[in-house]
Amino acid sequence: MIERRKLLKGILGMTAVFSTALLIPKLAFAQWSKAFDANTTEKAMTGMFNKTETTTSDKIYLKVPQIAENGAVVPINVKTDIENVKTISIVAVKNPQPLACSFTIPEGTDSDVSIRIRLFETMDVQAIVETQDGTLYSVQKEVKVTIGGCGG
Amino acid sequence: MKVKAKFENNKVEVKLLVKHPMDTGLQKDKNNGDLIPAKYIQELTCMHGDKLVFLANFGRAVSKDPYLAFSFSGGKAGDTLVLKWFDNLGENEETEVVIK
Repeated sequence: MIERRKLLKGILGMTAVFSTALLIPKLAFAQWSKAFDANTTEKAMTGMFNKTETTTSDKIYLKVPQIAENGAVVPINVKTDIENVKTISIVAVKNPQPLACSFTIPEGTDSDVSIRIRLFETMDVQAIVETQDGTLYSVQKEVKVTIGGCGG
Repeated sequence: MKVKAKFENNKVEVKLLVKHPMDTGLQKDKNNGDLIPAKYIQELTCMHGDKLVFLANFGRAVSKDPYLAFSFSGGKAGDTLVLKWFDNLGENEETEVVIK
């Protein structure tokens, strides 16, 4: 009888471990993607969204400085009136790794995010808004960089 | 990590600053010319109770000592937020902040 009890305990314990392991991927919203290591915008887009085409939208408001004296610290603000936003991403097209950051916007969170990023040289900065149905909208603006911010 | 969370206009505004080198792996050590290995935050999350209110994934282009600002509805003064980050080398930090 003792053996049976031990066996049952073991099985229960293992079930608990397995079900916990199964729950983890459900809790994680978006996992860090290899797309952040991609060395071209195209590869980054494919890695992140499985496609590269975006629709230009005038409902995305991208605030960037026209001239950044220091490429190491470029303040960026992205805001959008587009509904059912899933993620907002920022792409610095000429950086060694163009995908700079991506934000998951759960229901109840505003589609309005500020961050500071590095720009390697003068380039276009792109804001990409992904909606719940997977449509991609974008807008881009050029930032002139006086001192690059990636290498040394 | 320094976090300020303020309840204003029916929303909670969160501003935070993380002390982190965000090394790109492209920069050289000024003393010996060796490349400094990449060390950068990959994920930062903000939980309000058991609800995820914000998730950020970073690449290496995010500036040293990352700054973030975002806002959400559904919180109020006195509630607690739990913020966590981890980097590519497994270092992590967790902070709790009470909404003012």
